Amino acid sequence: MAHIVRIVKNFFIALRQVTIGNKKYYCWLAFLSFFILMGVSAYIDQLNRGLITTAMRDQVSWGLYISNFTFLVGVAAAAVLLIIPAYLYNFKPIKEIALFGEMLAITAITMCILFIMVDLGQPTRVWHILPAIGAMNFPASLLAWDVLVLNGYLAINLIIVFYVLYRLSLGKEYKMSVVWPLIILSIPMAVSIHTVTAFLYNGLSARPFWNASILAPRFLASAFCSGPALMLILFQIIRKLSEVEIENRAIFKIAELIAYAMGINLFLLGAEVFKEFYSGSIHSEPIKYLYFGLHGKAKFVPWMWTATLFNITAFLLFLFPKTRENFVTLNIGCALIIMGIYVEKGMGLIIPGFVPDTLGEIYEYTPTMSEIIITMGVWAAGAMLYTLLLKFAVPVYTGRLRFELKKEKSEIRSEDVTAGSEV
Amino acid sequence: MSKRTRSNPLGIKLDRRAFLKGAALGLAGTALPLNKADASFWEAFFQKHFREMNETEIKKVIERLEKEYGQKYKKEIEVGNEKAIPGVLFGYGLDLSRCIGCRRCVYACVKENNQSRDPQIHWISVLRFKKGEKWIDLENSERYYNPAQVPEPGYFYMPVQCQQCENPPCVRACPTQATWKEPDGIVVIDYNWCIGCRYCMAACPYGARHFNWAEPNVPQEELNPETHYLGNRPRYRGTVEKCTFCIQRTRNGKYPACVEICPVGARKFGNLLDPNSEIRYAIEHKRVFRLKEDLNTYPKFYYFFAYGL
Ligand code: SF4
Ligand code: SF4
Repeated sequence: MAHIVRIVKNFFIALRQVTIGNKKYYCWLAFLSFFILMGVSAYIDQLNRGLITTAMRDQVSWGLYISNFTFLVGVAAAAVLLIIPAYLYNFKPIKEIALFGEMLAITAITMCILFIMVDLGQPTRVWHILPAIGAMNFPASLLAWDVLVLNGYLAINLIIVFYVLYRLSLGKEYKMSVVWPLIILSIPMAVSIHTVTAFLYNGLSARPFWNASILAPRFLASAFCSGPALMLILFQIIRKLSEVEIENRAIFKIAELIAYAMGINLFLLGAEVFKEFYSGSIHSEPIKYLYFGLHGKAKFVPWMWTATLFNITAFLLFLFPKTRENFVTLNIGCALIIMGIYVEKGMGLIIPGFVPDTLGEIYEYTPTMSEIIITMGVWAAGAMLYTLLLKFAVPVYTGRLRFELKKEKSEIRSEDVTAGSEV
Repeated sequence: MSKRTRSNPLGIKLDRRAFLKGAALGLAGTALPLNKADASFWEAFFQKHFREMNETEIKKVIERLEKEYGQKYKKEIEVGNEKAIPGVLFGYGLDLSRCIGCRRCVYACVKENNQSRDPQIHWISVLRFKKGEKWIDLENSERYYNPAQVPEPGYFYMPVQCQQCENPPCVRACPTQATWKEPDGIVVIDYNWCIGCRYCMAACPYGARHFNWAEPNVPQEELNPETHYLGNRPRYRGTVEKCTFCIQRTRNGKYPACVEICPVGARKFGNLLDPNSEIRYAIEHKRVFRLKEDLNTYPKFYYFFAYGL
């Protein structure tokens, strides 16, 4: 009886923590709610009328949703870029903040799942894809693989984050013997979520643009730029708004890693451009479409050049310690990378796989308002989830929030989990 | 192409909790027709994978479907479940030197197979090529030609539909096994199992798969009531469909609708395992080729030129 009371109490401590805040906090939540609300209403409309509310058609059967999915898988995978230096090389300044990176991974995967859900023609049948209760086509279908690795990666990150928070909430250090194997496991998992997602496109011989062996390495390289860039911005916000201390040294180190990743990314892009244009076979049509337009259709050309320009500029900014260690140029660099990779990885990768289509037709896809609103809704939902996670985790982390001590540890822990994932 | 989005039906000024409640109800109301208290909805929801059902279960499902369709279209609709005939592997031949690009096959197919009229879905695309131009990469083809009269001088035509690949990439791609190859070689889809992820469409090299972007719409009087579970029965919004060599006809010994309608006899059809079949004759006596053979999909759809262009 006593421990039930304690669980309930702790639950309310957690609940109070995420629901009570200052005016700014409420404004932010209201702001996000507005976009979520718009997204939900556009989604209801899409459910009622079908995916005809999007601009996708048989020729271009995946669009903005899957583009965002692909980008976010990269963001999630990039959490590992923080974990490797943090735990393997015991680089102290980053280790301290790896937790926030893992929470970002949780958020990103959740958003990935949301993007898949809004893209499905029959969302109520999604259970068909699950093993055992459905008829998962494993191992033949790469999409089945993706379901497994994404959920596995989500589970690992959830366990790490909630275990660490749980220990901290009791005022104790977490046990390295528990965290360590999970961390080690999460490294290949992070690489695999992104590799499997790349293989999802890569394995289709029908689409020459994707069917290039350089695709998976390019995926990883670009993920290791965009994910950490997003984190750098978040870290600066976190340390500004809370008592969490994040050393400049950590931020500059991550920026340095981004520079290497971007260098590799640009090199791989160059390798691809060379192969396509020098050999000049019919398989270069999609890339021609992207960078120069095809048969007078050139909607993506300005986007792609802008993205490339952004990426190169950001690379230069991060390459030199002088600009890398100046917060103005650092933040400009981060913003350029996020936008550059978002375009390159999203529209620049998914759409040209379909243009021209397998029978040679060029259908120019531009997302509809409805697609854009739903996409913004999912992003807002992600931001809300991350906010609530932070709102709970930061005081636990800094030691301001403590749960009531008890004996039945495991039960309280499961309460922690519900408190957080309820969002 | 931008579509008008309906403004938020719930009203934006609600506070968050009320809104969430409303949204949850709205979602439930849309996705799960609880309001209809419809038992058959739950039956459909829990329906098993077609190949995992036994005969009685299939019979039950078919009865339910026939009832549903009957109510919707106000006429009797028969949903067949003929199995593949042993010793039969269907093959298709198309004589490019005869095809005049009239697209009668396209519309015969729409009619026979109950394809949606609005939005339009066509299982067959007829590509038009200029003579003397590079054509095999399909890059220079035109799908939406609109001449006063066919055939047009200086052009030739190539109809493309599902090639019923022996090694179908679409089947490999599907994460739910909603699509598979039957023993007679026909690649089918269980419209009640497909989740509408459209991965198969990305995988098909022949643009043969089509998605119901909106509620398929077939006028009641035009609906062909003789259907097959894996073929031309009425389809759902949000699922994929494709040519099935008219499974409902060919498994009953008839020709596909496109073969029957073709005014110039460009289309041949038969059993690849029968040495005396028309299709075997064509393969053995003509110079045949298959589309995108370099992809190792082994289509059972053979193009040939019976006489010079
Ligand atoms: S043509 Fe396309 S849809 Fe038909 S079997 Fe081959 S891959 Fe599948
Ligand atoms: S759209 Fe349907 S048939 Fe195609 S891959 Fe997805 S579940 Fe399978």
